[in-house]
Amino acid sequence: MEAIARLIAVTEPVQTPDDVKAASAAASAGFAYGLAAIGPGIGIGYLVGKSVEAMARQPEAAGMVRTTMFLGIAFTEALALIGFVVFILIGL
Amino acid sequence: MSNAFVATTALSGPAPEVGVTKDMVRRGLIVAPLLIAVCGVVWGMDGAYSSAYAVAIVLLNFALAATLVAVTARISLGLMMGAVLFGYLIRLGLIFLAVYLVKDASWISLPALGTAIIVTHLGLLIWEMKYVALSLAHPGLKPTRS
Repeated sequence: MEAIARLIAVTEPVQTPDDVKAASAAASAGFAYGLAAIGPGIGIGYLVGKSVEAMARQPEAAGMVRTTMFLGIAFTEALALIGFVVFILIGL
Repeated sequence: MSNAFVATTALSGPAPEVGVTKDMVRRGLIVAPLLIAVCGVVWGMDGAYSSAYAVAIVLLNFALAATLVAVTARISLGLMMGAVLFGYLIRLGLIFLAVYLVKDASWISLPALGTAIIVTHLGLLIWEMKYVALSLAHPGLKPTRS
């Protein structure tokens, strides 16, 4: 047992507080980006689904619906971009 | 509304999102020197280069999104829905790749890059929304090219 413990101590790199901090920052950044991308994904799906339904029901209003849909997609995507910026600032 | 109808319905005619994007790109190119100058003052030359890169990323992202919608809407609404959803993932991936490739470059300033991405994206959208909202509410006041 003592030999195994010594072997583990030799093979396992020593973690300094800076390493732990860097690992925590990387994990937090990954969570921030992932969680920030889920919400807009749901939002865009809902938005586009309703827009397609509206365009199929009333094709003569498709131009107006497409314009507002496109702006809605871009606004929703801004949330993901904010999450991405947090990601690059704390973890990249 | 049957799924088959949505899947086979295609939209013809002009693509409004292309016009919206052209407007945003034009306005983005107009305000880009101001944004680059402000970032240059705050973060130095690295900030100026980074903000220029951020403006390019945002404008290309808008152009790609509009192209995806315009092309797929001519084929079918179902395809457009799929293209928008997967396009969202692909565009996020492309933005990540664009930033990842230059993250260690000597001229990059990540705070300037992040700030410029958010400011450009939201600023252009709000600016464009003002004109789109006016055009939809009062079609007679819509600006013409003449």
